[in-house]
Amino acid sequence: MEYLSIFVKGIFIENMIFAYFLGMCSYLAVSKTVKTANGLGLAVIFVLGITVPINYLLENYVLKDGALSWLNPEYVNVDLSFLSFIMFIAVIASMVQLVEMIVEKFAPALYGALGIFLPLIAVNCSILGGALFMQDRQYPSIGEATVFGLGSGVGWWLAIVAIAAIREKIRYSHVPAPLRGLGITFIITGLMGIAFMSFMGIEI
Amino acid sequence: MSTDTNIAVETKRESLFSKKNRKLLKDPLDDSNPITVQVLGICSALAITVQLQQAVIMSLSVLFVMIGGNVIISLLRNMVPDRIRIIVQLVVVASLVIIVDQVLKAFQPDISEKLSVFVGLIITNCIIMGRLEAFALGNKPGPSLLDAIGNAMGYAWILLVVSIVREIFGSGAISLPGMGQVKFLPSSWFISEGGFYENNNLMILPPMALITVGLIIWIQRSRNAALIEEN
Repeated sequence: MEYLSIFVKGIFIENMIFAYFLGMCSYLAVSKTVKTANGLGLAVIFVLGITVPINYLLENYVLKDGALSWLNPEYVNVDLSFLSFIMFIAVIASMVQLVEMIVEKFAPALYGALGIFLPLIAVNCSILGGALFMQDRQYPSIGEATVFGLGSGVGWWLAIVAIAAIREKIRYSHVPAPLRGLGITFIITGLMGIAFMSFMGIEI
Repeated sequence: MSTDTNIAVETKRESLFSKKNRKLLKDPLDDSNPITVQVLGICSALAITVQLQQAVIMSLSVLFVMIGGNVIISLLRNMVPDRIRIIVQLVVVASLVIIVDQVLKAFQPDISEKLSVFVGLIITNCIIMGRLEAFALGNKPGPSLLDAIGNAMGYAWILLVVSIVREIFGSGAISLPGMGQVKFLPSSWFISEGGFYENNNLMILPPMALITVGLIIWIQRSRNAALIEEN
Protein backbone atom coordinates (compact mmCIF):
# COMPACT_ATOMS: atom_id res chain seq x y z
CA MET A 1 0.00 0.00 0.00
CA GLU A 2 2.88 2.32 0.75
CA TYR A 3 4.03 2.00 -2.87
CA LEU A 4 0.58 2.77 -4.27
CA SER A 5 0.30 5.80 -2.02
CA ILE A 6 3.64 7.20 -3.21
CA PHE A 7 2.74 6.48 -6.83
CA VAL A 8 -0.65 8.20 -6.69
CA LYS A 9 0.81 11.09 -4.72
CA GLY A 10 3.44 11.59 -7.40
CA ILE A 11 0.89 11.64 -10.19
CA PHE A 12 -1.89 13.73 -8.75
CA ILE A 13 -1.18 15.43 -5.46
CA GLU A 14 2.44 16.39 -5.87
CA ASN A 15 2.33 16.67 -9.62
CA MET A 16 5.65 17.93 -10.96
CA ILE A 17 3.99 20.54 -13.16
CA PHE A 18 1.00 21.72 -11.21
CA ALA A 19 2.44 21.69 -7.71
CA TYR A 20 6.13 22.42 -8.28
CA PHE A 21 6.35 23.80 -11.84
CA LEU A 22 9.24 21.51 -12.64
CA GLY A 23 10.05 20.96 -16.29
CA MET A 24 7.93 23.90 -17.38
CA CYS A 25 10.30 24.95 -20.15
CA SER A 26 9.95 21.80 -22.21
CA TYR A 27 6.32 21.53 -21.12
CA LEU A 28 5.59 24.84 -22.80
CA ALA A 29 7.84 24.31 -25.78
CA VAL A 30 6.89 20.78 -26.85
CA SER A 31 3.16 20.82 -26.13
CA LYS A 32 2.00 22.00 -29.55
CA THR A 33 0.94 18.51 -30.74
CA VAL A 34 -0.14 15.46 -28.76
CA LYS A 35 2.22 13.15 -30.63
CA THR A 36 5.48 14.84 -29.72
CA ALA A 37 4.19 15.63 -26.24
CA ASN A 38 3.47 11.95 -25.73
CA GLY A 39 6.98 11.00 -26.88
CA LEU A 40 8.67 13.49 -24.60
CA GLY A 41 6.43 12.46 -21.70
CA LEU A 42 7.37 8.81 -22.13
CA ALA A 43 11.05 9.74 -22.31
CA VAL A 44 10.69 11.66 -19.05
CA ILE A 45 8.98 8.68 -17.33
CA PHE A 46 11.80 6.45 -18.52
CA VAL A 47 14.63 8.77 -17.48
CA LEU A 48 13.06 9.53 -14.09
CA GLY A 49 12.49 5.82 -13.48
CA ILE A 50 16.19 5.15 -14.09
CA THR A 51 17.93 8.17 -12.61
CA VAL A 52 16.03 8.39 -9.32
CA PRO A 53 17.07 4.91 -8.11
CA ILE A 54 20.65 5.42 -9.32
CA ASN A 55 20.84 8.72 -7.53
CA TYR A 56 19.25 7.05 -4.50
CA LEU A 57 22.11 4.54 -4.36
CA LEU A 58 24.63 7.32 -4.85
CA GLU A 59 23.05 9.38 -2.08
CA ASN A 60 22.88 6.53 0.42
CA TYR A 61 26.20 4.83 -0.25
CA VAL A 62 28.45 7.73 -1.18
CA LEU A 63 27.18 11.20 -0.46
CA LYS A 64 25.17 11.18 2.76
CA ASP A 65 26.72 12.00 6.12
CA GLY A 66 28.49 8.81 7.19
CA ALA A 67 27.37 6.94 4.08
CA LEU A 68 30.88 5.85 3.24
CA SER A 69 31.21 3.78 6.43
CA TRP A 70 30.49 0.59 4.47
CA LEU A 71 33.82 1.10 2.77
CA ASN A 72 35.84 1.62 5.92
CA PRO A 73 34.59 2.37 9.46
CA GLU A 74 37.04 5.29 9.61
CA TYR A 75 34.99 7.18 7.04
CA VAL A 76 31.98 7.48 9.32
CA ASN A 77 32.47 11.24 9.70
CA VAL A 78 32.81 11.96 5.99
CA ASP A 79 29.98 14.10 4.67
CA LEU A 80 30.06 14.59 0.93
CA SER A 81 26.53 15.93 0.59
CA PHE A 82 27.78 19.28 -0.75
CA LEU A 83 28.82 17.36 -3.85
CA SER A 84 25.33 16.03 -4.48
CA PHE A 85 24.31 18.61 -7.11
CA ILE A 86 27.32 17.87 -9.28
CA MET A 87 27.02 14.08 -8.89
CA PHE A 88 23.30 14.03 -9.62
CA ILE A 89 23.64 16.16 -12.70
CA ALA A 90 26.52 14.02 -13.97
CA VAL A 91 24.43 10.85 -13.59
CA ILE A 92 21.48 12.50 -15.30
CA ALA A 93 23.53 13.84 -18.19
CA SER A 94 25.14 10.48 -18.88
CA MET A 95 21.85 8.57 -18.60
CA VAL A 96 20.20 10.96 -21.01
CA GLN A 97 23.04 10.44 -23.45
CA LEU A 98 22.41 6.70 -23.19
CA VAL A 99 18.65 7.04 -23.70
CA GLU A 100 19.30 9.26 -26.69
CA MET A 101 21.53 6.62 -28.28
CA ILE A 102 18.97 3.87 -27.63
CA VAL A 103 16.07 5.87 -29.04
CA GLU A 104 18.10 6.85 -32.10
CA LYS A 105 18.87 3.19 -32.79
CA PHE A 106 15.51 1.57 -32.10
CA ALA A 107 12.94 4.30 -32.77
CA PRO A 108 14.30 6.65 -35.44
CA ALA A 109 10.85 8.14 -36.07
CA LEU A 110 10.49 9.12 -32.44
CA TYR A 111 14.04 10.42 -32.50
CA GLY A 112 13.21 12.62 -35.45
CA ALA A 113 10.06 13.89 -33.76
CA LEU A 114 11.73 14.72 -30.47
CA GLY A 115 14.68 16.31 -32.26
CA ILE A 116 16.43 18.81 -30.09
CA PHE A 117 14.36 18.11 -27.02
CA LEU A 118 15.83 14.76 -26.11
CA PRO A 119 19.22 16.18 -25.12
CA LEU A 120 17.30 18.91 -23.34
CA ILE A 121 15.87 16.33 -20.94
CA ALA A 122 19.27 16.59 -19.25
CA VAL A 123 18.40 20.13 -18.28
CA ASN A 124 14.73 19.39 -17.68
CA CYS A 125 14.23 20.53 -14.12
CA SER A 126 11.82 17.70 -13.39
CA ILE A 127 14.64 15.13 -13.62
CA LEU A 128 17.03 16.92 -11.29
CA GLY A 129 13.99 17.93 -9.22
CA GLY A 130 13.06 14.28 -8.83
CA ALA A 131 16.56 13.49 -7.55
CA LEU A 132 16.55 16.44 -5.15
CA PHE A 133 13.09 15.67 -3.78
CA MET A 134 14.20 12.08 -3.30
CA GLN A 135 17.17 13.39 -1.29
CA ASP A 136 14.95 15.80 0.64
CA ARG A 137 12.28 13.27 1.59
CA GLN A 138 14.62 10.50 2.70
CA TYR A 139 12.76 7.51 1.26
CA PRO A 140 13.45 4.40 3.35
CA SER A 141 14.25 2.01 0.50
CA ILE A 142 15.20 1.96 -3.16
CA GLY A 143 11.79 0.52 -4.08
CA GLU A 144 10.01 3.57 -2.75
CA ALA A 145 12.44 5.89 -4.50
CA THR A 146 11.85 4.10 -7.82
CA VAL A 147 8.09 4.25 -7.42
CA PHE A 148 8.36 7.93 -6.61
CA GLY A 149 10.39 8.49 -9.77
CA LEU A 150 7.94 6.61 -11.94
CA GLY A 151 4.94 8.31 -10.34
CA SER A 152 6.35 11.79 -10.90
CA GLY A 153 7.16 10.83 -14.47
CA VAL A 154 3.62 9.63 -15.12
CA GLY A 155 2.28 12.83 -13.57
CA TRP A 156 4.47 14.89 -15.90
CA TRP A 157 3.42 12.84 -18.91
CA LEU A 158 -0.24 13.26 -18.00
CA ALA A 159 0.15 17.01 -17.68
CA ILE A 160 1.96 17.50 -20.99
CA VAL A 161 -0.41 15.25 -22.96
CA ALA A 162 -3.42 17.04 -21.47
CA ILE A 163 -2.13 20.51 -22.29
CA ALA A 164 -1.13 19.41 -25.80
CA ALA A 165 -4.64 18.10 -26.44
CA ILE A 166 -6.13 21.38 -25.23
CA ARG A 167 -3.73 23.41 -27.35
CA GLU A 168 -4.61 21.43 -30.46
CA LYS A 169 -8.26 22.32 -29.97
CA ILE A 170 -7.74 25.91 -28.90
CA ARG A 171 -6.33 26.70 -32.31
CA TYR A 172 -9.93 26.88 -33.53
CA SER A 173 -11.15 29.37 -30.95
CA HIS A 174 -10.88 33.13 -30.81
CA VAL A 175 -8.24 33.86 -28.24
CA PRO A 176 -7.49 37.58 -27.76
CA ALA A 177 -4.43 38.31 -29.91
CA PRO A 178 -1.96 39.25 -27.12
CA LEU A 179 -2.84 36.10 -25.21
CA ARG A 180 -2.31 33.73 -28.14
CA GLY A 181 0.29 31.01 -27.69
CA LEU A 182 2.19 31.46 -24.47
CA GLY A 183 -0.25 33.57 -22.47
CA ILE A 184 -3.28 31.36 -22.83
CA THR A 185 -1.15 28.27 -22.17
CA PHE A 186 -0.09 29.73 -18.85
CA ILE A 187 -3.65 30.52 -17.86
CA ILE A 188 -4.97 27.10 -18.91
CA THR A 189 -2.17 25.44 -16.95
CA GLY A 190 -3.19 27.51 -13.95
CA LEU A 191 -6.80 26.38 -14.30
CA MET A 192 -5.69 22.75 -14.66
CA GLY A 193 -3.60 23.24 -11.55
CA ILE A 194 -6.68 24.41 -9.66
CA ALA A 195 -8.49 21.28 -10.84
CA PHE A 196 -5.60 19.10 -9.70
CA MET A 197 -5.70 20.77 -6.30
CA SER A 198 -8.92 18.92 -5.64
CA PHE A 199 -6.78 15.80 -5.14
CA MET A 200 -5.12 17.44 -2.15
CA GLY A 201 -5.49 15.58 1.12
CA ILE A 202 -6.35 12.23 -0.44
CA GLU A 203 -4.77 9.40 1.52
CA ILE A 204 -4.55 5.89 0.23
CA MET B 1 51.20 61.42 -23.47
CA SER B 2 48.54 61.98 -20.89
CA THR B 3 46.06 63.25 -23.46
CA ASP B 4 46.63 60.11 -25.48
CA THR B 5 45.80 57.83 -22.56
CA ASN B 6 42.81 60.01 -21.81
CA ILE B 7 41.53 59.50 -25.31
CA ALA B 8 42.15 55.78 -25.06
CA VAL B 9 40.17 55.62 -21.82
CA GLU B 10 37.50 57.76 -23.37
CA THR B 11 37.03 55.48 -26.38
CA LYS B 12 37.07 52.39 -24.19
CA ARG B 13 34.33 53.83 -22.03
CA GLU B 14 32.45 54.79 -25.13
CA SER B 15 32.57 51.22 -26.41
CA LEU B 16 31.41 49.78 -23.09
CA PHE B 17 28.21 51.79 -23.21
CA SER B 18 27.86 51.77 -26.97
CA LYS B 19 24.45 51.32 -28.53
CA LYS B 20 25.04 47.62 -29.04
CA ASN B 21 26.00 47.05 -25.44
CA ARG B 22 23.10 49.05 -24.10
CA LYS B 23 20.87 46.91 -26.26
CA LEU B 24 22.34 43.82 -24.59
CA LEU B 25 21.31 45.21 -21.23
CA LYS B 26 17.96 46.65 -22.22
CA ASP B 27 16.47 44.07 -24.55
CA PRO B 28 16.04 41.27 -22.00
CA LEU B 29 13.99 43.61 -19.83
CA ASP B 30 11.21 43.80 -22.39
CA ASP B 31 11.55 42.76 -26.05
CA SER B 32 13.38 39.51 -25.39
CA ASN B 33 12.51 38.95 -21.75
CA PRO B 34 13.77 35.53 -20.69
CA ILE B 35 10.49 34.54 -19.05
CA THR B 36 7.72 36.07 -21.10
CA VAL B 37 9.32 35.91 -24.56
CA GLN B 38 12.17 33.41 -24.60
CA VAL B 39 10.26 31.08 -22.22
CA LEU B 40 13.35 30.24 -20.18
CA GLY B 41 13.59 29.64 -16.47
CA ILE B 42 9.89 29.33 -15.77
CA CYS B 43 10.07 26.62 -13.12
CA SER B 44 11.81 28.58 -10.41
CA ALA B 45 10.11 31.79 -11.39
CA LEU B 46 6.76 30.34 -10.43
CA ALA B 47 7.60 28.16 -7.48
CA ILE B 48 9.31 30.64 -5.20
CA THR B 49 7.11 33.68 -5.70
CA VAL B 50 4.88 33.23 -2.65
CA GLN B 51 6.93 35.78 -0.73
CA LEU B 52 8.97 38.73 -1.89
CA GLN B 53 12.01 37.87 0.21
CA GLN B 54 12.37 34.46 -1.41
CA ALA B 55 12.10 36.07 -4.82
CA VAL B 56 14.79 38.61 -3.96
CA ILE B 57 17.19 35.94 -2.71
CA MET B 58 16.47 33.78 -5.74
CA SER B 59 17.05 36.68 -8.13
CA LEU B 60 20.36 37.49 -6.50
CA SER B 61 21.43 33.85 -6.68
CA VAL B 62 20.52 33.66 -10.36
CA LEU B 63 22.32 36.94 -11.02
CA PHE B 64 25.48 35.57 -9.41
CA VAL B 65 25.33 32.22 -11.19
CA MET B 66 24.55 33.84 -14.54
CA ILE B 67 27.38 36.34 -14.36
CA GLY B 68 29.84 33.67 -13.24
CA GLY B 69 28.67 31.12 -15.78
CA ASN B 70 28.54 33.50 -18.72
CA VAL B 71 31.97 34.98 -18.08
CA ILE B 72 33.67 31.65 -17.38
CA ILE B 73 32.15 29.92 -20.39
CA SER B 74 32.96 32.90 -22.54
CA LEU B 75 36.60 32.72 -21.41
CA LEU B 76 36.67 28.99 -22.11
CA ARG B 77 34.80 29.17 -25.39
CA ASN B 78 37.80 28.57 -27.64
CA MET B 79 39.23 25.78 -25.51
CA VAL B 80 36.20 23.52 -25.06
CA PRO B 81 35.54 21.01 -27.84
CA ASP B 82 32.03 21.28 -29.20
CA ARG B 83 31.03 17.74 -28.31
CA ILE B 84 31.52 18.01 -24.58
CA ARG B 85 30.37 21.58 -24.12
CA ILE B 86 27.11 20.64 -22.36
CA ILE B 87 28.97 18.70 -19.67
CA VAL B 88 31.45 21.52 -19.24
CA GLN B 89 28.62 24.02 -18.89
CA LEU B 90 26.83 21.83 -16.37
CA VAL B 91 29.98 21.43 -14.29
CA VAL B 92 30.70 25.17 -14.26
CA VAL B 93 27.10 26.01 -13.38
CA ALA B 94 26.82 23.27 -10.77
CA SER B 95 29.98 24.48 -9.02
CA LEU B 96 28.65 28.03 -8.90
CA VAL B 97 25.32 26.79 -7.56
CA ILE B 98 27.08 24.78 -4.85
CA ILE B 99 28.78 28.02 -3.74
CA VAL B 100 25.41 29.80 -3.63
CA ASP B 101 23.80 26.93 -1.75
CA GLN B 102 26.52 26.75 0.89
CA VAL B 103 26.50 30.54 1.37
CA LEU B 104 22.72 30.56 1.79
CA LYS B 105 22.82 27.67 4.23
CA ALA B 106 25.41 29.54 6.29
CA PHE B 107 23.94 33.04 6.32
CA GLN B 108 20.21 32.71 5.54
CA PRO B 109 19.29 29.28 6.91
CA ASP B 110 15.54 29.83 7.12
CA ILE B 111 15.23 31.18 3.58
CA SER B 112 17.46 28.36 2.36
CA GLU B 113 15.00 25.99 4.06
CA LYS B 114 12.05 27.62 2.28
CA LEU B 115 13.73 27.58 -1.13
CA SER B 116 14.50 23.87 -0.51
CA VAL B 117 15.30 22.16 -3.80
CA PHE B 118 14.92 25.27 -5.91
CA VAL B 119 18.44 26.52 -5.24
CA GLY B 120 19.78 23.25 -6.62
CA LEU B 121 17.44 23.59 -9.54
CA ILE B 122 19.23 26.76 -10.66
CA ILE B 123 21.61 24.27 -12.33
CA THR B 124 18.91 23.15 -14.70
CA ASN B 125 17.29 26.56 -14.92
CA CYS B 126 17.09 26.85 -18.67
CA ILE B 127 17.72 30.59 -18.54
CA ILE B 128 21.33 29.87 -17.61
CA MET B 129 22.00 27.06 -20.06
CA GLY B 130 20.05 28.93 -22.71
CA ARG B 131 22.16 32.06 -22.42
CA LEU B 132 25.39 30.06 -22.23
CA GLU B 133 24.50 28.23 -25.42
CA ALA B 134 23.05 31.21 -27.26
CA PHE B 135 25.43 33.94 -26.20
CA ALA B 136 28.48 33.14 -24.11
CA LEU B 137 29.75 30.44 -26.47
CA GLY B 138 30.06 32.92 -29.30
CA ASN B 139 30.99 36.18 -27.64
CA LYS B 140 33.77 37.86 -25.69
CA PRO B 141 33.60 38.06 -21.87
CA GLY B 142 32.62 41.75 -21.83
CA PRO B 143 29.40 41.48 -23.83
CA SER B 144 28.70 38.15 -22.12
CA LEU B 145 28.83 39.90 -18.76
CA LEU B 146 26.34 42.51 -19.96
CA ASP B 147 24.11 39.83 -21.44
CA ALA B 148 24.14 37.98 -18.13
CA ILE B 149 23.25 41.10 -16.16
CA GLY B 150 20.50 42.01 -18.62
CA ASN B 151 18.90 38.59 -18.62
CA ALA B 152 19.16 38.16 -14.87
CA MET B 153 17.46 41.54 -14.47
CA GLY B 154 14.75 40.59 -16.94
CA TYR B 155 14.20 37.44 -14.93
CA ALA B 156 14.28 39.34 -11.64
CA TRP B 157 11.65 41.94 -12.43
CA ILE B 158 9.09 39.32 -13.43
CA LEU B 159 9.84 37.42 -10.22
CA LEU B 160 9.51 40.54 -8.13
CA VAL B 161 6.24 41.63 -9.75
CA VAL B 162 4.68 38.18 -9.42
CA SER B 163 5.77 37.79 -5.81
CA ILE B 164 4.61 41.29 -4.82
CA VAL B 165 1.17 40.64 -6.34
CA ARG B 166 0.90 37.23 -4.72
CA GLU B 167 2.10 38.35 -1.33
CA ILE B 168 -0.06 41.48 -1.14
CA PHE B 169 -3.25 39.67 -2.08
CA GLY B 170 -2.40 36.38 -0.47
CA SER B 171 -0.92 37.47 2.85
CA GLY B 172 -1.68 41.19 3.00
CA ALA B 173 1.97 41.89 3.61
CA ILE B 174 5.37 42.51 2.05
CA SER B 175 8.52 40.80 3.20
CA LEU B 176 12.12 41.74 2.55
CA PRO B 177 15.24 39.83 3.52
CA GLY B 178 16.38 40.96 6.94
CA MET B 179 13.14 42.77 7.73
CA GLY B 180 10.72 39.91 8.04
CA GLN B 181 7.12 40.28 6.96
CA VAL B 182 5.63 43.76 7.16
CA LYS B 183 1.86 43.74 7.42
CA PHE B 184 0.59 47.08 6.22
CA LEU B 185 -3.13 46.50 6.54
CA PRO B 186 -4.44 47.31 10.01
CA SER B 187 -5.44 44.07 11.69
CA SER B 188 -8.85 45.51 12.59
CA TRP B 189 -9.74 45.32 8.87
CA PHE B 190 -9.72 41.54 8.84
CA ILE B 191 -12.94 39.57 9.25
CA SER B 192 -11.45 37.61 12.11
CA GLU B 193 -11.10 40.92 13.99
CA GLY B 194 -14.58 42.10 13.04
CA GLY B 195 -13.56 43.97 9.88
CA PHE B 196 -14.45 43.45 6.23
CA TYR B 197 -11.25 42.17 4.61
CA GLU B 198 -10.04 38.64 4.05
CA ASN B 199 -6.81 37.46 2.42
CA ASN B 200 -7.24 35.59 -0.83
CA ASN B 201 -5.67 32.26 0.03
CA LEU B 202 -5.87 31.16 -3.58
CA MET B 203 -3.02 33.56 -4.37
CA ILE B 204 -0.66 31.57 -2.16
CA LEU B 205 -1.41 28.33 -4.00
CA PRO B 206 0.73 27.35 -7.01
CA PRO B 207 -1.81 27.81 -9.84
CA MET B 208 -2.14 31.54 -9.26
CA ALA B 209 1.53 32.02 -10.10
CA LEU B 210 0.81 30.69 -13.58
CA ILE B 211 -2.22 32.90 -14.00
CA THR B 212 -0.32 35.97 -12.77
CA VAL B 213 2.45 35.36 -15.31
CA GLY B 214 -0.23 34.81 -17.97
CA LEU B 215 -1.67 38.22 -17.15
CA ILE B 216 1.77 39.86 -17.27
CA ILE B 217 2.26 38.34 -20.73
CA TRP B 218 -1.16 39.65 -21.76
CA ILE B 219 -0.34 43.19 -20.65
CA GLN B 220 3.14 43.11 -22.18
CA ARG B 221 1.97 41.84 -25.54
CA SER B 222 -0.96 44.19 -25.82
CA ARG B 223 1.52 47.04 -25.38
CA ASN B 224 4.01 45.54 -27.82
CA ALA B 225 2.25 44.14 -30.88
CA ALA B 226 5.48 42.75 -32.36
CA LEU B 227 5.48 39.98 -29.77
CA ILE B 228 2.04 38.59 -30.62
CA GLU B 229 2.17 34.95 -31.73
CA GLU B 230 0.45 33.32 -34.67
CA ASN B 231 -1.69 30.97 -32.62
